[in-house]
Amino acid sequence: MAGAGMRPIDPIASEPLVSIRDVQLHYRMGGIFSAMRGRSSVVKAVDGVSFEIRRGESVGLLGESGCGKTSMGRLLLKLEEATGGEIVFAGEPVTALKRAALKRYRARAQLIFQNPFDAVNPRFSIRAALSEPLENAGIPAAEREGRIVKALELVRLPQPQQFLDRYPHQLSGGQLQRVVMARALILEPDFVVADEPVSMLDVSVRAGVLNVFRDVRDRLGLTAIYISHDLALVRYVCERTIVMYLGKVMEDGPTEDIVREPLHPYTQALVAAVPVPQPDQSHDPLPIGRGAPDPRNPPSGCVFRDRCPYAFERCPVEVPRLRQVGTRKVACHLFDDTTGKQ
Amino acid sequence: MTEPLLSVRNLKVSYAVGGGSVDAVDGASFDVPRGSILGLVGESGCGKTTVARAITRVIADNARITGGEMIFEGTDIAAIPERQMNALRWRDIAFIPQSAMNSLDPVYTVESQLHEVLRRRGGMDRRAAQARAEELFEMVGIEKSRLRDYPHQFSGGMRQRVAIALALALNPKLVIADEPVTALDVIVQRQILDQLRELQAMLGISVILVTHDISVVAYVCDRTVVMYAGRIAEEGPMEAVLTRPMHPYTMGLRNAFPDLKGAASGTLTPIEGAPPNLASPPPGCRFAPRCPFALEVCTRAQPPLRELASGHRVACHRADEAPVLRELAVRTETWLVPA
Repeated sequence: MAGAGMRPIDPIASEPLVSIRDVQLHYRMGGIFSAMRGRSSVVKAVDGVSFEIRRGESVGLLGESGCGKTSMGRLLLKLEEATGGEIVFAGEPVTALKRAALKRYRARAQLIFQNPFDAVNPRFSIRAALSEPLENAGIPAAEREGRIVKALELVRLPQPQQFLDRYPHQLSGGQLQRVVMARALILEPDFVVADEPVSMLDVSVRAGVLNVFRDVRDRLGLTAIYISHDLALVRYVCERTIVMYLGKVMEDGPTEDIVREPLHPYTQALVAAVPVPQPDQSHDPLPIGRGAPDPRNPPSGCVFRDRCPYAFERCPVEVPRLRQVGTRKVACHLFDDTTGKQ
Repeated sequence: MTEPLLSVRNLKVSYAVGGGSVDAVDGASFDVPRGSILGLVGESGCGKTTVARAITRVIADNARITGGEMIFEGTDIAAIPERQMNALRWRDIAFIPQSAMNSLDPVYTVESQLHEVLRRRGGMDRRAAQARAEELFEMVGIEKSRLRDYPHQFSGGMRQRVAIALALALNPKLVIADEPVTALDVIVQRQILDQLRELQAMLGISVILVTHDISVVAYVCDRTVVMYAGRIAEEGPMEAVLTRPMHPYTMGLRNAFPDLKGAASGTLTPIEGAPPNLASPPPGCRFAPRCPFALEVCTRAQPPLRELASGHRVACHRADEAPVLRELAVRTETWLVPA
């Protein structure tokens, strides 16, 4: 595919599992009174996003709060209805799915939540929490316990039986996040969307959960979207990264290339801003203007141009298209041949 | 070396919980040198925030300072009456909370909140307070026209700048910042840390920065105190603690932390298990149950905090073997099965 072709892949694996074409999620803000005064505004949470995900690929959706990464994840799982564009999963348009087909889709595409303490009903034992999806999928009661134990083993909870009758508050954050992962995997989905799955966990246990995520993904051949604001974590789990800013894709390519040599000026600032646990690191001022823009009133042309140190005449007048630049795609006029820069 | 601005000695803080009590901080001792940033680092429940709050003596209703001293400029602020302590707050010791939204009153403009501090606590008249408010906004890089705005009109990063301005209002000597950038995006986080560092150097003040993030410590701190389960594991110059850690817990933290500058193929190694329940902590070293290097003595006797290099202290029975342990600690297999 035109995406990141960085390693030889067989044709079946390279066929996209998910295709997103010009997807939009626009919210109308303000109530009837603002509308009467002509003051209602539109927030473009996701605005014309296109990408494809191959089978077995892990893609990081990276960006700061409000960039649309979580909205994009919700659109993919049809937890949110797109206001424009198309999402196709295994050849079927997700946007059109109804009832039984939607239920089947929900079993194949799962969400791993951010906060494990919110994701599991505190009144449900672990057994009950994991039985629910099996029950909904019509798995006979006799088979359920075996499936539950298998799922808990998959996420490396030692001696799974001892957890079955426990309640969420009796588990540590790391253990509970593994239970949340087990619940997402118990119906053997093809596709998972993990939304900042370790942001609530302490550093010393976070690594364990990430390792389980990588391991399970490889063993089951999962296709995964990992949503995060943390490039270091995305790099740990995803071979490819999509950088979003104000509802748009800025850069899309192999994670390692993005870390080593970010092309889009926004990605450059983002990479430079990540602190590292080493005493010797750059304290140079970031190459970015201060102040996040108002999402109700984004700049014309390129949405990043008011903070961009390289902005020129073309940036306020024309929205940059996502163009192929070497191994990646970049939405920046600097990388347009007709501009002749860089 | 000149006398430190603050010396905390054997500080103990207990919480009354369900009839019993839990020692959230169990004998913490460290110095805050003048004109420096000290990073107080550790994971949830390690006692770092409790230490920070104990220094301001604004602690939870069920918490009590049960022992130790806090010598601030020659005075033991753990022992002085509340009235005297209250006079120090804001004037000498100021606090920056994690979420500025919680410290700013949503129904007043930030200007009126600055005025309240400057006039009530600082004894300034209206005109002096206005001039100072404008000066403070300039210091933290916000246009003074925004003084009339309400907290909700500021972005998260801007609110944190307002919180810094408020903390600096009366020229304190010590600023305690509790996870001041945790809720912020990386770019804003970096800009706020730069601002904090710049102001600290310009004003020559001392800062205690409470954080769970060792990369934040690496970015701005001069010294660092690593806490684990209510005790200090290791304390010393930031560079020494992060590059030549002597406590296995610090070594483990380094392994578990992703490093964007490190090799792409690097594996993160977790520390198996979880911190102990402080209602019934293990005897001996509190890290022993998760420590791959624990010996029999570790499960029995609490290791004292010993100085092993200049200004670098560690509480570990095997600290003398630290160079060898460090080599073992970088290997993933070392951490697979705790001893």
